[in-house]
Amino acid sequence: MSKLSDVERIKSDSGNLRGSLSESLEAAITGALADDDTQLSKFHGIYQQDDRDIRAERKRQKLEPAYSFMIRARVPGGLCTPDQWLNMDRVATRYANGSIRLTTRQAFQLHGVIKRKLKQTVAGINQAMMDTLAACGDVNRNVMAPPLSPNTRVYKAVQTHARELSDHLTPATGAYHEIWLDGEKLPTPDVEPIYGNTYLPRKFKTAFAIPPQNDTDVFAQDLGFIAIVEDDELIGYNVTVGGGMGMSHGEPATYPRLADQLGFVSVDDHLKVGEAVVTTQRDHGDRTNRKHARLKYTIDDRGIDWFREEVAKRSGVELQPPRPYTFVANGDAYGWQQDEDGAWHYLFFVENGRVSDVGERRLLSGLRAIAELGTGEFRLTPNQNLVISGLDDAARLEVSELLATYGIINSDWASALRLNSMACVAMPTCSLAMAESERYLPDLVTKLDAAMRDAGLEDDAITIRMTGCPNGCARPYIAEIGLVGKGPGTYNLYLGAGFAGDRLGCLYRENINETDILAALAPLFKAYATDREPGEHFGSFCIRTGVIREVTAGLNFHGAVA
Amino acid sequence: MSATAPSLPFPLSNEQAQRVEDAFSDLDATQLQWLSGYAAGLAAGAVTAQTPQAAAGETWTILYGSQTGNGEGIARRLADDARAKGYTVAIKSLADYKPSSLKKETLASFIISTHGEGDPPDDAELFHEFLLSAKAPALNTLRYNVLALGDSSYVNFCQTGREFDTRLAELGAERLTPIVECDVDFQDASQQWADATFDALPTPSNAASVVPRLRAVPDQPTFDRDQPYLAEVQAVQRITGRDSTKAVYHVELSLEGSGLHYTPGDSLAVLPINPPALVDELLAVTGVDGAATITLGDEAVELRSALQTRLEITALSLPFLRAWAELAGDDWLKNVADGNDKDALAKLIDSHQVVDILRRFPANVDARSLAGSLRRLAPRSYSIASSLDANPDEVHLTVAEVAYEAFDRPHWGSASTYLGRRLTEGDRVAVYVETNTRFRLPENAAAPIVMVGPGTGVAPFRAFVEDRVEHDAPGRNWLFFGERNFDSDFLYQLEWLRHLKQGALQQLDVAFSRDQEEKIYVQDRIRENAEELVRWIDDGAYIYVCGDAKHMAPDVHDALRDVLAAQRGIGTDAAEQALKDLRQQGRYQRDVY
Ligand code: SRM
Ligand SMILES: Cc1cc2nc3c(=O)[nH]c(=O)nc-3n(C[C@H](O)[C@H](O)[C@H](O)COP(=O)(O)OP(=O)(O)OC[C@H]3O[C@@H](n4cnc5c(N)ncnc54)[C@H](O)[C@@H]3O)c2cc1C
Ligand SMILES: Cc1cc2nc3c(=O)[nH]c(=O)nc-3n(C[C@H](O)[C@H](O)[C@H](O)COP(=O)(O)O)c2cc1C
Ligand code: SF4
Repeated sequence: MSKLSDVERIKSDSGNLRGSLSESLEAAITGALADDDTQLSKFHGIYQQDDRDIRAERKRQKLEPAYSFMIRARVPGGLCTPDQWLNMDRVATRYANGSIRLTTRQAFQLHGVIKRKLKQTVAGINQAMMDTLAACGDVNRNVMAPPLSPNTRVYKAVQTHARELSDHLTPATGAYHEIWLDGEKLPTPDVEPIYGNTYLPRKFKTAFAIPPQNDTDVFAQDLGFIAIVEDDELIGYNVTVGGGMGMSHGEPATYPRLADQLGFVSVDDHLKVGEAVVTTQRDHGDRTNRKHARLKYTIDDRGIDWFREEVAKRSGVELQPPRPYTFVANGDAYGWQQDEDGAWHYLFFVENGRVSDVGERRLLSGLRAIAELGTGEFRLTPNQNLVISGLDDAARLEVSELLATYGIINSDWASALRLNSMACVAMPTCSLAMAESERYLPDLVTKLDAAMRDAGLEDDAITIRMTGCPNGCARPYIAEIGLVGKGPGTYNLYLGAGFAGDRLGCLYRENINETDILAALAPLFKAYATDREPGEHFGSFCIRTGVIREVTAGLNFHGAVA
Repeated sequence: MSATAPSLPFPLSNEQAQRVEDAFSDLDATQLQWLSGYAAGLAAGAVTAQTPQAAAGETWTILYGSQTGNGEGIARRLADDARAKGYTVAIKSLADYKPSSLKKETLASFIISTHGEGDPPDDAELFHEFLLSAKAPALNTLRYNVLALGDSSYVNFCQTGREFDTRLAELGAERLTPIVECDVDFQDASQQWADATFDALPTPSNAASVVPRLRAVPDQPTFDRDQPYLAEVQAVQRITGRDSTKAVYHVELSLEGSGLHYTPGDSLAVLPINPPALVDELLAVTGVDGAATITLGDEAVELRSALQTRLEITALSLPFLRAWAELAGDDWLKNVADGNDKDALAKLIDSHQVVDILRRFPANVDARSLAGSLRRLAPRSYSIASSLDANPDEVHLTVAEVAYEAFDRPHWGSASTYLGRRLTEGDRVAVYVETNTRFRLPENAAAPIVMVGPGTGVAPFRAFVEDRVEHDAPGRNWLFFGERNFDSDFLYQLEWLRHLKQGALQQLDVAFSRDQEEKIYVQDRIRENAEELVRWIDDGAYIYVCGDAKHMAPDVHDALRDVLAAQRGIGTDAAEQALKDLRQQGRYQRDVY
């Protein structure tokens, strides 16, 4: 039998994720953690990084890399109170790089926190009843749920279920409080009822979705729950399993995969089934090869039927055939909307989720001002955007004024293409980045906007997503235009994905630079403008007109370049 | 000739061999080098192989107190010359000299420098204390003279030498020749003093059979201020991060083909070229034409080039201040320069550079009077930061740039900006080695060492550790380092972390003063580590301190004293004494500036 991956050793030696983290934090001679601890810190929501812009310079200066830490705070369902927002703002400006990063999983990220400030920062985050535990690591990550739905009752029920599942799957270890909040060490060793002491073979991700919106990209998740509504009532969920984006260049054994439908379960069974999916992966997932450890590979290796039986056995729940539903889009529904109860919500665009004050768009200050009103709710969307929620008519007026004052109103500046764009963080913090992403996509979109205008498409929504490497953090393989970093300044271009996140894209051009990207897309825009059928989206158009091969399953994602 | 050499049998009898060994045992590299030359001289028949007869009558005792080796060099040369002339000479460092034996002396020459802020060099500390104390005996039978070494850019110029000279007279000794006070270029003055000394002494009875004066017949050239080596710049790399409040540079020079040799602990003297911008400023302020010709010694030079390479135009010196007070006809300045207001003088020297004085006290000068007022440009010393064995044919320096705003104008240091900013790869720099036998790794490679080197004080310790690694020295190494900010100022961090990982460094304690509310310095880390530190000392550890002389060295000294007092449960005085003993045993060495 092949040998366990090194991370497995680290996990089991760690004493439920303690390792030597406390000592690592004390060590004054380096800004880094001990090697093993850099793996463990992830379970606590903390990633060691270094400023890659000056990595070479520091080496010449005989200085260690400029280490700093990225901290991810969990926000189940993306719900956050004005107080919590203000607290995050305080922490970000005090200890981090002065910006708040909204992620593609409805969570917060802070960048640039140095080791000396790490404890204060984590403590600061916890002050507002928010934590970073299990925001990363081989456990269930932040559980996603739709930030909005016209049907308030359904919305609330789904949010509640998401929260329940999140709590149910949160690690029980006391290490977190011990290390970061100076809680005292419990005499009894912790038991992890669901995970056991080696946790999961790999990260695990869960999302809920309420059709017709697929904003949470439920098919990109290890575990998904599609709300089934009859006569305005939530009756249960279609459970999906085995979704995932990540792959590695030049390794066909790794591939993005869309989730399979496992079956329908009624409302009160979602916890049992969710847990069964997790424990099945815990016991059968590949612990020898981290690149083959996600649930999607377990399922392709053993077959969905085997998996379905296993889950049914473990949960004692009988899985019925999936119920019908329709998804129309995996983007966000922007603008003001009023729910059944008359409450107002404004969903607005936060470019690449970066909340900071740049030029005339002063998001950080603007949102601070809005939060200080103390009304309503801040909801993070799965597309790195934000909703100011639950406002009465008076509050709505105040908020709209502030939005205007701080230049935060979408329609004032962002094209339809931009509103449907998303980029991962990448340089300079992400250690895995091969190319720019967050810092580059906005410029590229500006250039593509021109081509869109030439084609007369300025008001047409095409989803475009960029990542700095094939891990797919911005879910590029389910964007109609997917750009995946290959090397400095060069990207792979994927086309043909479904507008609703229901079909994978396919490699169209490999390793191309900006000029080639523009040259490749401009003519396609023109053709799309003239030859599309009514209501046809760009991705579907590319397949119908033979621009690109249709990818029907993860296993045939890697094919000859079309 | 050397072809036959190997076939020769071992030329010495055991007993001869033993004597040679004894004689050479306590000599350092330079001394041995010299002797090799001496031997070569003898072999070459340069002299009759008979050693000089001891002069009939008294022994001439030459005593030196020297921190960076200048005085020791002078003392040794004097001793050689004296022996060559047939005198019976005993030469000793004041560190090895029993004060009580002073009353038995009849003829003694003192060569003593001043350090700190008018303090004696470390090796003369105890003797100095004794001499000035009430315990000092009457010295009616002693004839003496003093050569004082100093630097006229310090307020207490040649302080220690002066104290010796007056105190010895007070104790009844007879002054053989008047004291001579040497400034940084001491060669000529010290030679004149030596000549005067010989004139004042009777020629020894056996002068006839005297060995003609010997100089080393060097098998490798010895470079000095007058014949520096022109070393090629291999690399100049800033080693403080971009957000740092200071610029520190790592400078690598090539010694390829020079035959130059150095030992960890030595310093490298650099003959700087002044900042061109500053030269222009000087000419502008005085309105003197840079093209004018002036004379230095008996050499005609263009003023501009003299200001660039020959004259001190940054740091102030007493002679300059006096000269300029005259030129500017300013009574206040004259009064201060004459040392009648030491505080004002100290303030002036700390806060002003030459150009600031020119501005503040305008004078109508021509090229000659301007050049005439300026002191000769002094070489700058830099602790060598590399081990020659670990980096053959290379010498590395760690240079902190002196650059600051004052009087609403940028100010630069001469050598530090020259090394850090104005040199590029391939350029050549005039340098020579300053041997420092007072700052040496323990003979015993197994002895533990504790190194306290904040800021550029860390330089020699880079050499120390490199050297110990190179020679697989089993001794444990402990470094205390300090600077302003961890992120940008941890000099050679990568190397220290590597040494730590590879077991070449057992302990590394750092203090970054500006990373938190309250300031933290190395002395605080020393206190925190009291118990462990004293354990090391009890295990025979050598303690080395390098860096700032004004604040760091005294603060570290106090910390060491308190730590010893606390851990051993003894009083402060006893702890002080313990440190003195360590110093006597060479287990507490300092290289501070
Ligand atoms: C912040 C975020 C992207 C963003 O712009 O918002 C992000 C950022 C990073 N992801 Fe991700 N991932 C983020 C969502 C995703 C998604 C999208 C999703 O979950 O819906 C995916 C694809 C779905 C999936 O998991 O397959 C994703 C797939 C990865 C992978 C590949 C995992 C795989 O099994 O293939 C890695 C690398 C790994 O785990 O080895 C990764 C690793 C990383 C790291 C932590 C890099 C690292 O491991 O050192 C990135 C930190 C960069 C930085 O400096 O902040 N991230 N990452 C998202 C944070 C989500 C959250 O709040 O938890
Ligand atoms: C034995 C020994 C070893 C040494 N080792 C090192 C070493 O390893 N690394 C190293 O960097 N240096 C070392 N030094 C110090 C070095 O020799 C020089 O003194 C230093 O580099 C400054 O020389 P400079 O020519 O650049 O400045 P200078 O031309 O001498 O200019 C200094 C002038 O500027 C003034 N000045 C400086 N700073 C200020 C300020 N902030 N405000 C007002 N006036 C100021 C001074 O009063 C003085 O007038 C060592 C010195 C000695 C004696
Ligand atoms: C840190 C330090 C402090 C000094 N302080 C003085 C001083 O106060 N007065 C003085 O005249 N010379 C002072 N000097 C200059 C030295 O006395 C001068 O360099 C002398 O040549 C050193 O001789 P030595 O190598 O024999 O010790 C100081 C030198 C250094 C490095
Ligand atoms: S996709 Fe790659 S580059 Fe972008 S954040 Fe994720 S890991 Fe980093």
